[in-house]
Amino acid sequence: MENAHSTHEHRDDTATKTGMWLFIFTELLLFGGLFIVYSVYRYLHPTAFHLAAEELDVVVGTINTMILLISSATIAMSITAIQKGSKKTTLMLLGATIFLALVFMVNKYVEWGVKFEKGLYPGSFTLAELGHGDTLFWGLYFFMTGLHAIHILIGIIIIGFMMYYVWKESITADNFAFLENSGLYWHLVDIVWIFLFPLFYLLT
Amino acid sequence: MEKETHHIVSYKTYLLVLLALIVLTAISVAVTSIDLGPLTVTVALLLASIKTILVLMIFMHLKFDQKIFAIMFIFILFSLVSIILITFLDYLYR
Repeated sequence: MENAHSTHEHRDDTATKTGMWLFIFTELLLFGGLFIVYSVYRYLHPTAFHLAAEELDVVVGTINTMILLISSATIAMSITAIQKGSKKTTLMLLGATIFLALVFMVNKYVEWGVKFEKGLYPGSFTLAELGHGDTLFWGLYFFMTGLHAIHILIGIIIIGFMMYYVWKESITADNFAFLENSGLYWHLVDIVWIFLFPLFYLLT
Repeated sequence: MEKETHHIVSYKTYLLVLLALIVLTAISVAVTSIDLGPLTVTVALLLASIKTILVLMIFMHLKFDQKIFAIMFIFILFSLVSIILITFLDYLYR
């Protein structure tokens, strides 16, 4: 240690971040595996997947993509804000991130609701009538967007805690590893959506 | 151990990246709405990959952090791509 005064503080930001990246890798492999399952079934049932994908609303999908991209930018900017030592801006940017995440969830709720009304949900009678390909498409759609939505909900809770820590000043200009890691998590959620969006909504 | 120096990324950089991401999204929506046949999948995935690289490099700081994070990421990416490739070699030629 160069700085003898700081040796009392047991902290290793690089190790903290390495741990976060390792977690992100497991998440990438988890969603990567699901993308492989989706691609293989799409290859085996091209017509059913083509017709089913046309049911999805590209407009809602595009809006949600924009929302997540903006929220990724706001949480990234909150790290710049904390580095510059401005607590108020950090809190505002994190608040904006949570707000955008909630808007995303509301859109998701409406979107799923419309599908449910049409009888499209896992195990439904309509799907059983439509056949194997449709069952697979909608099963994967609900599982993958659902797993992604769970990540959004967890992200909202994590960012909420970060706001509390920033407010309490345990996250500061020279101790922001937790905030940085929360940012990494949020960007991961964004990356997953960057691939979910074209695969489900755009490729019809 | 050396004291880490943290690179502060400017708000402007983030906003420019965000703008690029939004433009790329708009392009992918526009491109996939016209029928390009099998090319559509390639274009859509290519645009998604460019967006991911932007997020990884700038938002996730891989460009500014120690090189080890980027190296680890490339290793994981390589594993994932290999699995995808092997799976499709199986399904396409069985």
